[in-house]
Amino acid sequence: MTEQLVADSRRAQSPLLSVRDLQVEFTTSAGIARALDGVSFDVQAGETLAILGESGSGKSVTSQAIMALLPKPAGSIVGGSILYDGIDLAKEPVSRVRDLCATDIAMIFQDPLSSLNPVFRIGDQVAEPFRRRLGMGKKEALARALELLKRVGIADAERRISNYPHQFSGGQRQRIMIAMAIALKPRILIADEPTTALDVTVQAQIMRLLAELQAETGMAMILISHDLGVVADSASRVAIMYAGRIIETGGIREVYDHPQHPYTKGLLDSIPGAHAMGEPLRPIVGSPPNLLDLPAGCAFHPRCPIAVPECRAAVPSLREPEGAALGHHVACIRAEEVRSHD
Amino acid sequence: MLGYVIRRILLAVFVLWGVSTVVFIIVRLVPADPALLIAGDTATADQLAALRNQMGLDRPPLVQYGSFLGGVVTGDFGSSYTQSVPAMQLVAQALPNTALLAFLAVLGALVVSFPLGVVAAVRVNRPIDRIVTTGSLIVQALPSFWIGVVLLLIFSRTLKWLPSADLTSAQSLILPTTVLALPLIALLTRLIRSGLIEVNGEGYINTARAKGMREPAILFTHAIRNALIPIITVVGLAFGTLLGGAVVTETVFSFPGIGKLLVSSIHVRDYSVVQACVIVIAAAFVLINLLVDLLYAYLDPRVRLAK
Repeated sequence: MTEQLVADSRRAQSPLLSVRDLQVEFTTSAGIARALDGVSFDVQAGETLAILGESGSGKSVTSQAIMALLPKPAGSIVGGSILYDGIDLAKEPVSRVRDLCATDIAMIFQDPLSSLNPVFRIGDQVAEPFRRRLGMGKKEALARALELLKRVGIADAERRISNYPHQFSGGQRQRIMIAMAIALKPRILIADEPTTALDVTVQAQIMRLLAELQAETGMAMILISHDLGVVADSASRVAIMYAGRIIETGGIREVYDHPQHPYTKGLLDSIPGAHAMGEPLRPIVGSPPNLLDLPAGCAFHPRCPIAVPECRAAVPSLREPEGAALGHHVACIRAEEVRSHD
Repeated sequence: MLGYVIRRILLAVFVLWGVSTVVFIIVRLVPADPALLIAGDTATADQLAALRNQMGLDRPPLVQYGSFLGGVVTGDFGSSYTQSVPAMQLVAQALPNTALLAFLAVLGALVVSFPLGVVAAVRVNRPIDRIVTTGSLIVQALPSFWIGVVLLLIFSRTLKWLPSADLTSAQSLILPTTVLALPLIALLTRLIRSGLIEVNGEGYINTARAKGMREPAILFTHAIRNALIPIITVVGLAFGTLLGGAVVTETVFSFPGIGKLLVSSIHVRDYSVVQACVIVIAAAFVLINLLVDLLYAYLDPRVRLAK
């Protein structure tokens, strides 16, 4: 029991992946956009962290920064660190980061059709990590690819392995992407909107598959989504992003049940079905800010129902509000009042 | 796949029939009497009538059309009246020369434009890319007769390194090949560059990166094949065009090819040779396009399995 506690605390002290104060800028013809501004989070071995946010909030940029996939030369990391296994991915050359990719950190993408190469058989694409990274022969690599395809639930995999991506349905393509991503048994899987392009029923199947694989392999997962529902069942912790910053983070039940940032509260209130049928939807008024021209102070204040003049004065930093559960952090000067309104 | 091939071949035959018919009609619409041209102004009416009868010109048009089509199928277009040999024989002498020239030009263009396009795409918007892109724009804007004459002046007249005309040695191929290849190099370089840049933004390239593949490996496996698909069409069209119409270049260099044969036959109204040239050129063009379509299907499985 004590040993378990010690192990737990040690694990808590050294997370698998630790992102600290990450800053990413995009140079556009209209000026410099700060896509990420001081993003920090940890991912522990085996856990699932959800990153939630609207388009442009910086959730996908976060994953691109980790995988060295920022579009060059426009996007670049200008500050902060991404610590993995004692290595700062933010400072390593791209080629070194790519070496780690697939073996240690893998990724699946939103659109599984465009993410698969249309002119190669899926077997060859799934076998590619084995051939390129492990130097396996073609036959052996294809045999391993076949196992993976069976594992992710491709029916009739022996025959389908020689098919091309366009011959599969959306859900099957995402399964193939997952097979490719888990080929080299990564310790972290980043799933960037993995079910956004899929039907609702297929969404549930894919999320179930990811959860199964996670239980089998013990890999950690960063689940990026704009859909609070998709995330609710699979993630243990959540980070909510707005205009390139994390504005609320904590255990998922705690955040969902007791949101303490007006934006998070607005998001949860806007879900249809959270209130009685027949009532009008309750969207958050206004639209996300332009990253080239952020409002002064808290970026959310122009849309915030409880904004006060002080909100304009300074960007609020993440803090643990009074009465909040351990690890629940909010970037709002009026967090306590949001909670008491509950 | 087999059904696709058969469909394409049937279509090619249909196109060739169409071309033959158009050629047949046009030649008969031209306001000149072939018999009069051959016999000359001094011929008597009887001589003309005898000649018309010998050439089959006094028969009904449909009968003429039938025997013409029969000739097309068997490769018999009648005799050249200027050289008194079968028209097909003249074409058969000229075509290999032109084919060699076109093949060398396309091959040279590919060999040169491929690395240029790749380098420009990899170093997009850097100085080397600017030089390559600007250079190809300039080359593409130059007319080929001008390039031909300038190259002749420099390398034949002034430096006396290369022969100026005819097909006498391997060296005599260098200048016409260069003239034909230059605009194609410019075009292909820009196409390969833009194709690679476009493909670079595709999701599967990011997937390959996330799989930990190095950029050169991504470029030469995932990117190239997708970027090449549209380029194949352009190369095929260029090759087909060169087979039929390197007219200007062949004239500038007095190159004994089919383009020069066609033009000189038109000048002297040697209709049987003109007909043979046009139909052979059309056949070559159709054949190349057929090959391009098949290659396309080979490279892009989506084409192969559609329909």
